[in-house]
Amino acid sequence: MRIILFAIGLILVCFNASFAFEIEDHQIYTVPMPTQTIRVISTADIAAFDPLIRRFQSINRRITVDYTVASSTELMAAIYDEGAPFDLVISSAMDLQTKLANDGFAQQYVSPQTARLPAWAQWQDQLFSFTQEPAALVISDAHFAGLEIPKNREQLIDLLRAHPEIFDQRIGTYDVRSSGLGYLFATQDSRNTDSFWRLTEVMGRLNTRLYCCSGAMIDDVYQGRLALAYNVLGSYAENRLAHEPGITIVPMQDYVTVMMRTAFIPRNAQNPDVAGRMIDFLLSKPTQESLAKTTGLPPVFEGASDKQKALRPIRLGPGLLVFLDRLKRKAFLRNWENSIRQE
Amino acid sequence: MTSLLPKGSMQRRLVIQLSLIALLLSLVLFVIVRGVAERAAADTQDNILAASATSIADALFAEGGQVRLELPYSALSMLGTISEDRVFYRVLVDGETLTGYDDLVAKAALGVPKQPEFSTFEYRGEQVRAVVVTRLVSSQSHQALVRIVVAQTRLGLVQISSRITLLAVAIGIAFFFVATGLSLWAAHSALAPLNRVAGAVTRRGPSDLRAVQTQAPAELVPLITALNSLIERLKSSLTRSEDFIVEAAHRVRTPLATVRTQAEVIHRGLEKSKNKTALREMIRAIDESSRSAGQLLDHAMVNFRADQFQTEAIDLRKLMAETVERLSPTAELKDISIITQDQGGDFDFDGDPILLQNALRNILDNAIKYSPADSNITVTLARDAHNHILSFADQGRGFAGANLSDHLQRFKRGTNVNDIVGSGLGLTIVDEVARAHGGLVEITNHTDPKGGGACVSFYLPLV
Repeated sequence: MRIILFAIGLILVCFNASFAFEIEDHQIYTVPMPTQTIRVISTADIAAFDPLIRRFQSINRRITVDYTVASSTELMAAIYDEGAPFDLVISSAMDLQTKLANDGFAQQYVSPQTARLPAWAQWQDQLFSFTQEPAALVISDAHFAGLEIPKNREQLIDLLRAHPEIFDQRIGTYDVRSSGLGYLFATQDSRNTDSFWRLTEVMGRLNTRLYCCSGAMIDDVYQGRLALAYNVLGSYAENRLAHEPGITIVPMQDYVTVMMRTAFIPRNAQNPDVAGRMIDFLLSKPTQESLAKTTGLPPVFEGASDKQKALRPIRLGPGLLVFLDRLKRKAFLRNWENSIRQE
Repeated sequence: MTSLLPKGSMQRRLVIQLSLIALLLSLVLFVIVRGVAERAAADTQDNILAASATSIADALFAEGGQVRLELPYSALSMLGTISEDRVFYRVLVDGETLTGYDDLVAKAALGVPKQPEFSTFEYRGEQVRAVVVTRLVSSQSHQALVRIVVAQTRLGLVQISSRITLLAVAIGIAFFFVATGLSLWAAHSALAPLNRVAGAVTRRGPSDLRAVQTQAPAELVPLITALNSLIERLKSSLTRSEDFIVEAAHRVRTPLATVRTQAEVIHRGLEKSKNKTALREMIRAIDESSRSAGQLLDHAMVNFRADQFQTEAIDLRKLMAETVERLSPTAELKDISIITQDQGGDFDFDGDPILLQNALRNILDNAIKYSPADSNITVTLARDAHNHILSFADQGRGFAGANLSDHLQRFKRGTNVNDIVGSGLGLTIVDEVARAHGGLVEITNHTDPKGGGACVSFYLPLV
């Protein structure tokens, strides 16, 4: 907590205390004799991004990296409403990133590295994907002892209905009202299957717990507080699983939503060329090849898509703006609340 | 002979005109291709915009006296299918924004037009194409006027347009080159008959005055007819002038013979040697004149016989002997000995005896004429692998002039013979006779230790 306060203090100093958006974490990676500074705002934890930043600095020795972590909605507020002067915006909320680019908050960047990206992984030469992260169902091995593991959402619904004694208060999912990524996954689910609303209602009847972040959900599955967590970031779960057994990542066979983490250079960036260098670094072959190993994030090149058949990557483009429509969002949240809150 | 300076070229003019037409057509093609394709691309964008706005309009509904909207996913996602353009939308109910971008304003007519209305304007720093669809939505007592505005930037269109422009340029250039190549070929083949006729006329020998018979297209028939009638007139005028020369020579020669006889008679009766000398000079001049007239007649005769060539078996040795014998008295007058060298063998030949006799007489006559008194003329009968060679070598002054073969042309004489009267026809006759028999005449100056001179060799082919 003290660190966070300190970080906030730092940020207040940096931005002359003029911005209202909330940050979660902040760190400045200084170098001896810096010539340039790149300000990055991101939804990824420092822990996840730390190796990438250090690698970047090992190539670009004179660049100070100022790394700010914020939730996707706060990030949106920072850029859209307050015009905070960042050089690079990295977020997992593809819909918000698309809206920012669509509404003119991003600038174009073209380089040999961005040209390597397939068409579906970039938009307007402004948004660039560098990871492909599937949404996963994570279950606790202890709670599932003796139970059949569901292969699709229909089976999951049947299982939840059949064993309320096991699952009551032991289901976790994103609170879509506060989590941008949760909202993105939920809206994509609603597009992809008719059973989404039934699943939400069943989960609501079982007093599902709502979370802000994937990390917390995975923690609770490990500690036995949750029997299953729906729509968590599979990459986070895999990272934990590599060190510690006790959970299973269930491969859904009807479909798996795949989110792409995207980066763009804001229109008001002060060092757009350094930001471009960071994008090139993220997309470069060495970074992409070692991305999974160093950060646990599946790379956009030859990522998850090759292993599983039922992957349904979220497409960048104006379609993502639909669920950000104020009426649409209101209606969706109302429906969701009605389903998840049963009392 | 004046050479024609060409005034322009039909082929070039044809090619240039056709190329200009091709260029014009290429430009027209470019404009049309570009126009049509860009119109098609713009229409595609308009159609998708209209479909998007219509699908939003269809999703409108009234609830609790208020207009509501469930924005369909496809309404915006369809706009992302053809390009990566930015998309903006706004839904207004009775002028109040229901949802979308508050500052998006597009031109729209009052009332409820049936057709979607399109406009292009600047929004958020970029050109956008916008559509407005207007609907009336009934909710309980009152009808709400709903306008749906959907706008999209035109970057994709600009890209398509530049691609189309490039394609149109390529098509235009390709068309131009193909058309120019074809017009070159067309011009060439159109003018080919003209070249063929010209070639047929050019290839003719100098005395070939037959009518032109080449197959020619209708357009060239008048030209060829005119050419043939010109040739006909030329031929008859040529014949007339030859006839005239023969007639003139004939008329001159007969009185000259009379004059000579009379002069001989007077010469014998004269006492004074001074007058005698003068008269002798006169007789000599008369001889020369009569000889020239004779040669003119010979020449006409040679031409006539060469045109209607008829041959018989001849012994050249015998012909040579006759010629030598006939001219021996003349040679003796100048104390010239004619030595015949015969290298043996067969000298049979198929030819016109009168022409050949004429030719040999002319050569020998010339040799005697240009030989100094008391000298030798060597006549040789020889043969090589392909020819009979009859040569006459004298000890005279030889031929002068840069180009010896000039002596074979009509009325051309050497540069060293002004003191001797001559017509310039003798060797021309010889040459024509040789040609008529498929042979040729070679004239050289030979160098002999006892005194050089002219050498004329008459070649006749063996077979």
